[in-house]
Amino acid sequence: MASRAPSLSILVIDENRIRASVIEAGLREAGYERLTIVHDVSGIARRIAELEPDVIVIDLGNPNRDMLENMFQLSKAVQRPIAMFVDKSDQASIEAAVDAGVSAYVVDGLKQERVKPILDMAISRFNAFSRMSRELAAVKSELESRKVIDRAKGILMSTRGLSEAAAYALLRKTAMDQNRKIVDIAESLITAAGLLAPPGDVT
Amino acid sequence: MTANIRITAGFMPLLDSALLVAAKEKGFARGEGVDLQLVRETSWANIRDRLAVGHFQAAHVLAPMPIACNLSLTSLAAPTIAPMALGLGGNAVTVSKTLWAAMAGEGAAGNLDPVSTGKALKAVVAKRRGASLRPLRFAVVHPHSGHSYELRYWLAACGIDPKRDIEIVIVPPPLMADALAVESIDGLCVGEPWNTACVVLGHGRIVTVKAAIWRSSPEKVLSADLRWAEAEPEALAALLRALCKASQWCSARENHAELAAILAAPAYIARPQEWMLPALTGRVQAEPGHAIEIDDFFLPFSRAATFPWKSHALWFYSQMVRWEQVAHSAANAAIARDTYRPDLYRAALKSLGVALPVANAKVEGALSTPTPVGSAGASLTLGPDGFFDGSLFDPDEIDSYIAQQAKPIA
Repeated sequence: MASRAPSLSILVIDENRIRASVIEAGLREAGYERLTIVHDVSGIARRIAELEPDVIVIDLGNPNRDMLENMFQLSKAVQRPIAMFVDKSDQASIEAAVDAGVSAYVVDGLKQERVKPILDMAISRFNAFSRMSRELAAVKSELESRKVIDRAKGILMSTRGLSEAAAYALLRKTAMDQNRKIVDIAESLITAAGLLAPPGDVT
Repeated sequence: MTANIRITAGFMPLLDSALLVAAKEKGFARGEGVDLQLVRETSWANIRDRLAVGHFQAAHVLAPMPIACNLSLTSLAAPTIAPMALGLGGNAVTVSKTLWAAMAGEGAAGNLDPVSTGKALKAVVAKRRGASLRPLRFAVVHPHSGHSYELRYWLAACGIDPKRDIEIVIVPPPLMADALAVESIDGLCVGEPWNTACVVLGHGRIVTVKAAIWRSSPEKVLSADLRWAEAEPEALAALLRALCKASQWCSARENHAELAAILAAPAYIARPQEWMLPALTGRVQAEPGHAIEIDDFFLPFSRAATFPWKSHALWFYSQMVRWEQVAHSAANAAIARDTYRPDLYRAALKSLGVALPVANAKVEGALSTPTPVGSAGASLTLGPDGFFDGSLFDPDEIDSYIAQQAKPIA
């Protein structure tokens, strides 16, 4: 892939180490060898001057974008002028990148067909990472819900002498009657039990 | 009225996001039929990009930003207008404790007087040069910002060349206090509550304020995507009316405590509500236990504080030229002038009966006392305004102003 032309030098700036390594892996698989990953922007001006990257990929959550853009405009810090994205006419790419939460700065004069695969890769990896994070959050909240419900069941079993199945059935029926989620009912029950418990007796 | 106009606006966690926040939280937007969604952002670049791709229809931005956009000084520059300002003043200059000790040793007054503190700073700069120490480093939030231009204006008027004598770097507002704490910067010019943060946390001392450098001066504007504004003029007008009502609410003394509590919430500035009070009440805490009254430190409503003066746009443009961000030409000056849209402001707010200036521009610095001026709707008092060094900016004489400022700084 990259053997057709000298490989571009790419700098990835991302404070999120996991996401940065996901992007790094993607770019390496695609044959880009000259990669540098930076998590912390302190001293970035010198790094950029040393590396002379052709493309800089940065996450949009980074609060230092204004500092970086200012640096790109001052030719003292960076040898070659850098603009955001390779071609302003490629509106679809720009929108996809901003939607995904990533941005790319490219050295002037680079051809769009050389940069677009890099940007596309960054966009798809950013999107995949967001999906993973969302799934992980969903799994986490699922696990937490289960714990809350187990605790509420325990309270019902000890205070009302119910079996586990009966305790769950009671929670489920209450939720249906009140048109609420079981986990919400369980949370209310735990709060109420906490308020009603004798001082020092933590359920 | 049902809120059937949906507008998403970006903002940065700064005190002068107050007008947008109050428009949403106090129901002024809903009252105009606007379902206002506010999105907190981490950089001005993000706000610019998300305006350009249509995520935001409007945003809280630095007053020079829309001009810089239309002059193509930034990447992803989409046509942008400023149909309203979001208040006057609100910034301060804060220095590290080490630098303040050096300035005090050179006779700096503690009353925020820019002449006295500027003179002391010049003496410190000269001594450091004599001792071959590195130049002092000051931070601002963006190259195209009121902070950048008023800091440079103050320094230059005090005989300090911002290009030669001082290093000026960019730091995001919420990171300013930390940078000052470790003295990776010696001073900063930023909006509130971030100066107060430096003082409360014990990292710095406020030495002067925007309202002293240029009284009644613009700071943030509402920027809108031109394509959206042209396609949905009624939606924009409804937003401007909501913001006008919000500005009136924000200015009332009896609302300051509630406004401070709203702004302190996690979704907005996410800092203690006491940090919001100095700017809202005009009791500026220069150092712990030392409050100084500056009644026009931040003005959200009075003195036509939300009117987008073309003279403000042109002054910012003159400073872009002065600091070599853009070359001066009649065409560029026209782009700057046309970015601010008092015509849209008047058309939207006419029905509210509020004071509307009849002029689009004024001579900046001409009023030394509160002065009644021509207005439609309610009566209007402007001033005092003006630059601390007594100079005037006449927008009709911009060529000579630019020529005057090109002279070497002494």
